Amino acid sequence: MNLRRLGTSLIAPLLGVGISIAVTSVILIAIHAQPLAVFSSMIKYGASAHAMTLILNLATTYFLSALAVAIGFKMNLFNIGVNGQYTLGAMVGGAVAGSLHLPTILSVPITIAVAMIVGAGWAGIAAWLKVARGVSEVISTIMLNFIATAIISYTIVRTSVGHETSLNVRGTAMIPESGMLRGIPLLDPKTEIYGFFFISIAIGILYWFVLNRTRFGYDLRATGHSATAARTSGIDAKRMTVITMLISGALAGLVGLPYLLGDAGSYNLNFPTDWGFTGIAIALLGRNNPIGIAVGALLWAFLDVASGQLILEGVPREITTIMQGVIVIVVVMSYEIVRRNQVKSEQKNVARALEKQEVSA
Amino acid sequence: MNDSALAVELKGIWKRFPGVIANSDINLSIAPGTVHAIVGENGAGKSTLMKILYGMQKPDEGTIAINGEFKEFESPSDAIDAGIGMVHQHFMLADNFTVLENIILGSEPRKGAKLDFDTARNQINSIAAENGLAVDADALVADLGVGDRQRIEILKVLYRGARILILDEPTAVLVPHEVDELFNTLRDLKREGITIMFISHKLDEVLAIADEITVIRQGTTVGSVDTKKQNISALELAEMMVGSELPTPETRGNTIREEVVLDVTNLSVHAAGGKAIVDDISFSIRSGEILGIAGVEGNGQAEILDALMGLVENTGVVHFKGEDISNQSTRSRRELGIGFIPEDRHRQALMLEAPLWENRMLGHQTMAPNSKGFLLNISGAKEDTQRIVREYDVRTPSIDVLASALSGGNQQKLIVGREMSGSPRLLIAAHPTRGVDVGAQAAIWDHLRNAREAGLAVLLISADLDELIGLSDTIKVLLRGQFVADANPATVTPQELGTAMTGAGKVSA
Repeated sequence: MNLRRLGTSLIAPLLGVGISIAVTSVILIAIHAQPLAVFSSMIKYGASAHAMTLILNLATTYFLSALAVAIGFKMNLFNIGVNGQYTLGAMVGGAVAGSLHLPTILSVPITIAVAMIVGAGWAGIAAWLKVARGVSEVISTIMLNFIATAIISYTIVRTSVGHETSLNVRGTAMIPESGMLRGIPLLDPKTEIYGFFFISIAIGILYWFVLNRTRFGYDLRATGHSATAARTSGIDAKRMTVITMLISGALAGLVGLPYLLGDAGSYNLNFPTDWGFTGIAIALLGRNNPIGIAVGALLWAFLDVASGQLILEGVPREITTIMQGVIVIVVVMSYEIVRRNQVKSEQKNVARALEKQEVSA
Repeated sequence: MNDSALAVELKGIWKRFPGVIANSDINLSIAPGTVHAIVGENGAGKSTLMKILYGMQKPDEGTIAINGEFKEFESPSDAIDAGIGMVHQHFMLADNFTVLENIILGSEPRKGAKLDFDTARNQINSIAAENGLAVDADALVADLGVGDRQRIEILKVLYRGARILILDEPTAVLVPHEVDELFNTLRDLKREGITIMFISHKLDEVLAIADEITVIRQGTTVGSVDTKKQNISALELAEMMVGSELPTPETRGNTIREEVVLDVTNLSVHAAGGKAIVDDISFSIRSGEILGIAGVEGNGQAEILDALMGLVENTGVVHFKGEDISNQSTRSRRELGIGFIPEDRHRQALMLEAPLWENRMLGHQTMAPNSKGFLLNISGAKEDTQRIVREYDVRTPSIDVLASALSGGNQQKLIVGREMSGSPRLLIAAHPTRGVDVGAQAAIWDHLRNAREAGLAVLLISADLDELIGLSDTIKVLLRGQFVADANPATVTPQELGTAMTGAGKVSA
């Protein structure tokens, strides 16, 4: 039975990738490019040690972002504000780390804690608005994204937190080497795999454990299955909303850190600001399941990294954006179809099994 | 068309689903201008048969003839074209539309680009007048009661030209006097030459209205009775349906003890507008006592249950085992030993897309054997789910299947088993056997009786008056949020109780 379930849950992603390749091929042919040549060049580049390291690093970021979104999705809570939560978390974390001169073993955990608290606090505003005032978290988290952007710009441009870090880019003070979390050049001697890669694996396991093995996780999933049944069973919906939103925000606070502590060393005005939306797409692809999310994050990161290669083939790199979009749409649609069929086929299987029992009885 | 032809003739209908034979060799002949009842237990194949006749499913074998002509329906619109109309059990009306708008919805008469309301109104008024269906075409559906809504549903299908009506469990939602009105309507329709298929499992009603009755058991037609020629009692009919003798819900002996388990004083629940839905009621239940509350749905029963479980804002004082629990959360009430079988199985009691063992934990996730501290005890929950499946005869191949894969009756058995776990002192049960087949019903009654003997206090709400009278030690009648009468279950009849529920008469205590 479980093997069957696994098999059917693979249908949707495979279909998504397949259709996406087909659609992209049509577009490539339309712009007089050779689909086969383009894809094989992407794969060849993606398989290089250097590219694989970049993919793992980017996937680490995406994985954390998707987990932050997924924990909310599990109870039908839509945290669209990961962008605001992680940028704010990374900025404050970066500023704190930049001012600390402590050994790595102290400095990095402090930075992580600060970023998580800031992310949770920012998401907490949306949680409070929902519970106390009935404001949809979708609206409030989107609005909070804009406010976060404004606060960050103001802080870095107008206050003493901002410094001139390099040519024409203001940012937080450079983090001393002791405050960085360096990685290991495991695949490619010249590029490091982020230290956060390993931390995020641990977080993925913890996410699975909390969701599937604790009472809190049960309450969360029950709320997602049926809010009315959850309430009748004694689950306090408001409390769950607040706690889940805080956890989601805390996870979101981590999203900027792999890059900040593994590479950038400072939160500056060029820091990427839309990893949160990527997280939403990957959470959908991975069906809120940590392994699914990991696979989705790797796929997404591969497409992002390999897109640089397209220019060499004389093809616009936006082709990969189309691929990503098509994958998400197809996968989300086919998940729903597969889910409905699963429910139906299970009903039939049960009926068949019962009939056999009765015949043999 | 041939005047003497049968309105509906089904011959040798078979319908198989993977692993299940839903219909096997169904034969049915319905004369025009008659009321023909189809009776059978839940799961006997009535709804599959209806879906076949209404074009929602195609039979694997067999023929359908309407007015003497062979038909093959690809979709309900083919059936509608052939003059068949379906009145569903759950009304499909838009609350914020008027009666007129609801009736024409989907087949609106047009004048150019505009809707032609005048023609529609005239047409509807004349259909209504011909068939004795009194409705105000311009009333808002939201303001209408259940009986009116049903008339609108009937008008809707007549407006589309139906001459053969299928009514699926039409009385399930009606109070006794509304049932009488419906039956008058059906007699008027019959006089106009309309053929009615009446699906039900309420046998006394079937006997009151039907000209002919066909019984379905295990997917096949086991016999037809012409009520004019043959005298048949409800009991005989029931035994045809079940194929064996029937269980009764009777409880024997007095098991009521001294200890008051639940004591409620001055309980009120107010609607958003300030209207009292439950209006200052007080009652108590002793150990070993089943207190039944009789009442037409919507008179405050649901709110009493929700208030006792701490699910709605309420005023008043609730003592459980001598302890004031008025301000306790739902979870702590459950932890103190209150089991709850809610009214709406699917919305309130189950996670349909979760396996049975996860459903076993719902509402009991803080208690043994489902958890230890903040961690779940999955093996404990699974083992106990096996026990429930065994003791409550839940028919399932495994506890890993999704709850949605079980039939309604088996879902209900799982819920009853769950709520009786951990030896609760009080069980709050709404319609514990609704939608459950006869065998399972008897099993649930047995469990309730045994628990009552062991000292369980039960607050029972049921639309099935026989069940309510049979199980209860005490019955209170609820009307507009207040208790208006007490009834003695040893002497009261369902008819008397039904009258008291509408406020029309008093019953003796």
